[in-house]
Amino acid sequence: MSEYRSYTMNFGPQHPSAHGVLRLVLEMEGETVLRADPHIGLLHRATEKLAESKPYNHSIGYMDRLDYVSMMCNEHGYVRAIEQLLGIEPPIRAQYIRVMFDEITRILNHLMWLGAHALDIGAMAVFLYCFREREMLMDVYEAVSGARMHATYYRPGGVYRDLPDRMPQYEPSKYRSEKDLKILNEWRQGSLLDYLEAFCEHFAKMVDEYETLLTDNRIWKQRLVDIGVVSPERALQLGFTGPMLRGSGFAWDLRKKQPYAVYDRLEFDIPVGTNGDCYDRYLVRVEEMRQSNRIIRQCIDWLRKNPGPVMPEDSKVAPPPRERMKDDMESLIHHFKLFTEGYCVPEGETYAAVEAPKGEFGVYIISDGANKPYRVKIRAPGFAHLQALDEMARGHMLADLVAIIGTQDIVFGEIDR
Amino acid sequence: MAHRLEALEQRVREVLGDKIVDFKQALGEITIELRPEDLLECMTALRDEDGLRFNQLIDLCGVDYAAYGDDEWITNEASWTGFSRGVDGVTMGRMGITGIYGVHEIKSNTGRRFAVVYHLLSVELNQRLRVKVFAGDDAFPVVPSVVNVWNSANWYEREAFDLFGIVFEGHPDLRRILTDYGFVGHPFRKDFPLIGHVEMRYDPERGRVVYEPVSIEPRVLVPRVIRQDNRYVGHSYGAAREHAGERN
Repeated sequence: MSEYRSYTMNFGPQHPSAHGVLRLVLEMEGETVLRADPHIGLLHRATEKLAESKPYNHSIGYMDRLDYVSMMCNEHGYVRAIEQLLGIEPPIRAQYIRVMFDEITRILNHLMWLGAHALDIGAMAVFLYCFREREMLMDVYEAVSGARMHATYYRPGGVYRDLPDRMPQYEPSKYRSEKDLKILNEWRQGSLLDYLEAFCEHFAKMVDEYETLLTDNRIWKQRLVDIGVVSPERALQLGFTGPMLRGSGFAWDLRKKQPYAVYDRLEFDIPVGTNGDCYDRYLVRVEEMRQSNRIIRQCIDWLRKNPGPVMPEDSKVAPPPRERMKDDMESLIHHFKLFTEGYCVPEGETYAAVEAPKGEFGVYIISDGANKPYRVKIRAPGFAHLQALDEMARGHMLADLVAIIGTQDIVFGEIDR
Repeated sequence: MAHRLEALEQRVREVLGDKIVDFKQALGEITIELRPEDLLECMTALRDEDGLRFNQLIDLCGVDYAAYGDDEWITNEASWTGFSRGVDGVTMGRMGITGIYGVHEIKSNTGRRFAVVYHLLSVELNQRLRVKVFAGDDAFPVVPSVVNVWNSANWYEREAFDLFGIVFEGHPDLRRILTDYGFVGHPFRKDFPLIGHVEMRYDPERGRVVYEPVSIEPRVLVPRVIRQDNRYVGHSYGAAREHAGERN
C-alpha cells in the first residue's frame, strides 16, 4: 500500500462546468480539494481602459458585454454614474421602464443560472425549460432595442426610446404550419406590455414547475444541502453581495436599502437564507424570480396608465428627435456634437451601484471635466465571489466544487472585464 | 439623508482626527484622504468603531493621475493648423503624449501620481465611505495591504498591482491576476498605449504562438476635450445636482 499524496490538477479553462473560461489549479488529496487557485483573466478585454478612451456615450455597449447574461443591469449602473456626475434625473416613465427591464434581466439571469447550475449537477431537463422562457424575454429585449442581448437601451438621461405599441409577430412561412403560427403569435397581438403581461401570467406557473423538478428532489438536495457553507461574518469579510450575501442571512438588498430609480414605490420582498449553503442560495434566487415577476406586473400597470417622455428635452445630453434634426439647424448641430464629441462632464468623482442579479454592480467614475471619463472602475460582484472559491471549496469533493462554481453564478465577462 | 452624511462626517472626524489629509463631500458621497503610513490603523478603526462599522470593502482600485486634466484639442483659441481631425502617428501635439495614447514614459516624480481608492460599505448602518491614499513615490509606489482588515481586498490588490504596478506591502500572494502569463508592463498606467506593445499570432512555420511588436499605429477618432464653457453651471442641471445632493 502506497501512501496517499496530494497532487495538482488542472481544471478548465475548457470545461463545460467552468462557466466560461475559468482555469483552476487544484491541489487534491484523492478526491478532496485541499486548495483551489483560480486563474482568471482569459477574457480580459480592458473594458475600463477602452471606456477611458471614448466619450461617455460610446461605452454603454461595453457594459452589456461585461456580465453578458444581465445586460441591462450593467448599463443601469453605468448610466446612473454619468447621471450623478451630470446631476440629471431621468423622466419618471424612463425610470419605470428601467426598473421593469432590470427585473426582466434578473429573471433572464436567474433562468440562465438555474439551467446551467442544474445541468452541472446532472438535471438536463431544467436547462431546456429555462431556456424556453428565456427566449420569450429575449424577444422583449429585441422588440425594444433591436438586439436580443446587447441592447444599449439605457442612455444617460433615460432610455433610447419608448416601448413599442406593437409586438413584432412571426411571419407566415412554408416551414411553419398555420396552426403553429397562430400559437406563436397568440401573445403578440397587442403591445409589448400585453405580451409581457401574458408572460408574467405564464411565468408564475413556470417557476412552480422548476421547483417541482428540483426543490424536493432527493439528488438535488444531496448535492446542495450543506455544500459551500459561508457564515455571515465570513460573507461580509469576503465582500459578498446579492444572493450570496442574502443566502448567508443578511436581508441586504440595494433596491430596498439604498433605493434607486423607482424601487421605493414598488412592493416586493427580499428572500433571505439561513444556512448559507448552496441550497439556500438556490431557494433565494428562485424566490427572487417570483419577486421580479411581481415587480414587472406593477411596472406594467403603471406604464399603461402614465404615458410621458422617456428622455429629457435637453439636447446637451439627449439627441434631438430625428424628424426635428432633419429640418432644424440647431438640432442638427446638437446631434452632430453629441455623437462625435459627446458632452463634457463636470469635474468630480462618483460611485453608482445597482443591485444586479449577481450582487452589487458598481461603477466608479473620475471625471476631470473632459468628454471622456478619466478613470472608470467597474465593481463586478462575481470578482469578489470567485476569490472566495478557495475558501468555500476547501475540504469538499471535486464534484462539489462544480456545485460551488454553479452557486456563485460566475460569468467571466464581468470578472475579467 | 443630508443629516446622516453630516453625522457620518462628524464621527469620521472624531475617530480619525488629524490623520485625515483631505475631506470632501460631493454628490452625496464622502471622500477622505489618508496617508499610507496611517492606513492600517485608520482602516481598522473605520471597520470597528461605533458609528462607522464599515464591515465590507466593496471595491478597491488603483488610479493613475499622471494625465489628469490633459486634453488633446485646443478649444480656447484658434490653432495654426486648423481643425482637421485626421490623426496620424503620435507626432501631433494634441494627441497628449502622456494621455491614454501615450507612449513616452512619465518620468516626473510628484508623489501624487498613483492613488488607491477604497469603497467601504457598512451593511449594519447602511452608509458608504470612499478612502483615498496616494503612494508617496511614483517610481515605486507602495501602499500597505488591507487584506487582514478585509479579506476581500486580496484579489483587488492583486488587480491594482497587475494593472498599475502598485505594490501592496504585506499582501500574502501578490501575483498578476488579469493579464497574460509573462505579461510585461502595467497596462492601465496612462503611459501604456491603448494598443499595447505586442501582438500575438500563430506561426505555422514554428508551430507555436509568437509575440511581435504591434504593427498598428495608435489612432484617435474623438479627441479628448475639456471645455470650460460652464455648460452645466447655473443651468437646470445645477439645480438638479443640488437636489440630488440633498436627497442623498
